[in-house]
Amino acid sequence: MTAVEIAAAVRSGQRSARSVVDEHLDVIVGGDADIHAFNLVAAAQARVRADEIDGAVAAGRDPGPLAGVPVALKDNLCTRGLATTCSSRILEGWTPPYDATVVEQLHNAGAVVVGKTNMDEFAMGSSTENSAFGPTRNPCDTSRVPGGSSGGSAAAVAAGFAPVALGSDTGGSIRQPAALCGVVGVKPTYGLVSRYGLVAFASSLDQIGPFTTTVADAAAVLDVIGGPDARDSTSISEPQPPVSHTLADGVDGLRVGVLTELSGNGIALDVAARLQAAVGALESAGARVAEASVPAAVYGLSAYYLIAPAEASSNLARYDGVRYGLRVDGPSTPDMNTATRSAGFGDEVKRRIMIGTYALSAGYYDAYYGKAQKVRTLIINDFASVWEQFDLLVSPTSPTTAFPLGERTTDPMAMYMSDVCTVPVNLTGQAAMSVPYGVGDDGLPVGVQIMAPALGEPVMFRAAAVLEASL
Amino acid sequence: MSDEAQTIPGLGAPADTEWETVVGLEVHAELATATKLFSASPNRFGGEPNTHIDPVSLGLPGSLPVLNEKAVELAIRVGLALNCRIQPSVFARKNYFYPDMPKDFQISQYDQPINVDGWLELPSGKRVGIERAHLEEDTGKTVHIGGGGRIHEAGYSLVDYNRAGVPLIEIVGHPELRSAEEARQYVSELRSILVAVGASDGKMEEGSLRVDCNVSVRPVGSDRLGTRCEIKNVNSLRSLGRAVEYEARRQIDLLTSGQPVEQQTRHWNEDDGRTHALRSKEEDYDYRYFPEPDLLPLDPSTEWVEQIRHALPSLPRDRRLGLAEAAPSVDIDHIALAVERSMDDLALAAISGGGAAERVMTHIVQNLADGSGELAPESLADLVGMEEAGDLTATQAKKVLAVLVEGGGSPQDAAQTLGFEAMGIGELESLVDNLIAEHSDEWSRYCDGDNKLTGFFVGQVMKATKGRADGKAVTQLLNSRRG
Repeated sequence: MTAVEIAAAVRSGQRSARSVVDEHLDVIVGGDADIHAFNLVAAAQARVRADEIDGAVAAGRDPGPLAGVPVALKDNLCTRGLATTCSSRILEGWTPPYDATVVEQLHNAGAVVVGKTNMDEFAMGSSTENSAFGPTRNPCDTSRVPGGSSGGSAAAVAAGFAPVALGSDTGGSIRQPAALCGVVGVKPTYGLVSRYGLVAFASSLDQIGPFTTTVADAAAVLDVIGGPDARDSTSISEPQPPVSHTLADGVDGLRVGVLTELSGNGIALDVAARLQAAVGALESAGARVAEASVPAAVYGLSAYYLIAPAEASSNLARYDGVRYGLRVDGPSTPDMNTATRSAGFGDEVKRRIMIGTYALSAGYYDAYYGKAQKVRTLIINDFASVWEQFDLLVSPTSPTTAFPLGERTTDPMAMYMSDVCTVPVNLTGQAAMSVPYGVGDDGLPVGVQIMAPALGEPVMFRAAAVLEASL
Repeated sequence: MSDEAQTIPGLGAPADTEWETVVGLEVHAELATATKLFSASPNRFGGEPNTHIDPVSLGLPGSLPVLNEKAVELAIRVGLALNCRIQPSVFARKNYFYPDMPKDFQISQYDQPINVDGWLELPSGKRVGIERAHLEEDTGKTVHIGGGGRIHEAGYSLVDYNRAGVPLIEIVGHPELRSAEEARQYVSELRSILVAVGASDGKMEEGSLRVDCNVSVRPVGSDRLGTRCEIKNVNSLRSLGRAVEYEARRQIDLLTSGQPVEQQTRHWNEDDGRTHALRSKEEDYDYRYFPEPDLLPLDPSTEWVEQIRHALPSLPRDRRLGLAEAAPSVDIDHIALAVERSMDDLALAAISGGGAAERVMTHIVQNLADGSGELAPESLADLVGMEEAGDLTATQAKKVLAVLVEGGGSPQDAAQTLGFEAMGIGELESLVDNLIAEHSDEWSRYCDGDNKLTGFFVGQVMKATKGRADGKAVTQLLNSRRG
């Protein structure tokens, strides 16, 4: 059942939320040993919450648009009373005293949190292999990675553990694993979804979004979690129209650009073929398709791998052993800080903290962080001129299908290349999503990325619905 | 002269060199908001440790800052009062590890501060340039347990985050102060301004006002600045003066003995009256400033700034000018003191109500305690009038004033109650004439120029009037009778 179907059934009293939740918990118990999508399954809490929802329905109250829908949360979203680890040893033993805004919103919409999902440590990675608690496996082929960093959330939805999961996307961490696991994944416009309670990786790039099996489910979730939040200064202060209402409006007359810089070089042939098929489907539905060029987009990855680590080096400074999480004692406070951070962070996190610290250092700032910000501005400007000619852009989400576990763990550059198609949109703050569109030569899922200008979600979802229907 | 001596002003200077002290101050003031700079926790001094906290002021993972509008308004008030340009500004992260800083970075302002290019006028009329006055958040406080409270000997340390996130304004002055006394005047004036505009309570003893001083020395006449040292932990005006004097002396001694001054951060120790090296320039942090991505750039509208400007109360400088105009013959120090003690309104009202300016100011500065501001200005004016008419002596007037402050009423009634009933000039004249007749010998000696007898006659008058007469008036009367 999709999330929309579950909510309809629970709201109308046809099904109990408890039975829905029990069913999903059974699937998790049966399947997660092989997948390791979850860091924590909150079974007891989920059942209590399901009973509350059933009580509300019985009393004639409407529990909300996601009534009884099981939701898995990436383990970097703060949950009151539930450990939040970011898949890092450094947060060992820490339980947040508060819920992230999105968690409150889901709760108020009647959703049921079933657990916290595995991820690359502090969302740094593209395969979920950088987890202190071991990798997640791709439900489509357990010898393959699910992508990352929100690999646990993508796998949870692909494996049927939950119809909905939330992830965070800093450079593609929702869209890339969605593509590799064959599910829908959305990175909303920066500021559309509150970041309050999302443990920061790179604040100017991070955005929370949903994983679902259908486009309509993604729309329903986005309509719940989008909107202004006074606790996040970067939240867009005007309410936006719901995306669900215009899902069926089609793409007739829309101008769609195939982004050449992200669709040619380095893209596997089978992936490129699926993009062509998707473009054909959009044309058949009445879209006018042409090639589009954003020349600066090719510098996106380089700029991203300076800006994101720079912000991360500062965001992750607070894990110092003083207030919460791991503490490894030392003879002085600086020694304790060093010992704690040396023991608590994994290699990839340390690598990025070092890169970021270097990029911000006196004497290097202008050459690295400063230059990267100029590139970011250039990319924003290039996209702005493209938006004068196009309503939407498309590209592959990932250059390849899911790769084998261990293939890229010793080659950071190869791993970073996994993000080449997704990163530019984080730098610009625009909306983008990945829609599954068939399989590659290896039989593994391929995702198509649809990009829209800021707050272009309604139009983006219309194209996603057309693609979904054309399969 | 060696190359080094050419680049370091005063290095190896002879013992009789005249030196100039150069001081630039960085003042941190806690802004008097109800809540913290980026969260809703109370901004209040004291309290049980770690009770004025929340996820944001603890820097918990996932928490985000939201700017307090009131803090911005107070910062703009300070900027306007310091004649600054108010400009669009950007918050930045200042990164360094410290246990009492919850995020291990401080949200501050760096290359685009809210207030720039202002000045402050000392009571002497000297203007001191203000480079900037920017917003930032305060840190928590670390308490070292064991080892007499010293960090190196402590058994362990505890951190109180009640102060973490309290809004601060950091006011950076140009190095244009030339003595410890000027430095004191600058801080005193700045404090008066902060208090006057309602931006801060200005309490140095509670740490709401903190001063870091940059001190250097150079031979008088040199146009280059010497190497400076930054002095921390200066917690009172008195320590400020002592610290600057000590540090200038230390630097002069180094230079005259041929040793260059090393650029350092130094710690003022109140107990031994010395400054001690904390760290050298090389050991200084690289703060890796970058724009705070969790906050939007701050761009206060012109209308808002103008609204704040129009609502500003009158500032100490304007009040000094106003009072000085009403009391032109009064010493500027007394004018400044009256303003500092917020007694200038009373003084102005009493003077405009007819009180002689000098006598009014004498009472204000010498005879009235702080908090006597509720004394009715008409009473003060009347009292001064009675003195002028010779109805009260200075000593009597002071006693009457005490009664007025205590219980109000008119000075005439108070004088009567105290037995200082008016002694008209006629009464005094007849008394003096009787005395002259009674003591004709003494009088003729006095008329022959024996001025020592003034005391005799005044004493007789005082005895006869039980001290009610004004000695000065009696002397004048005797003189005029002598012809």
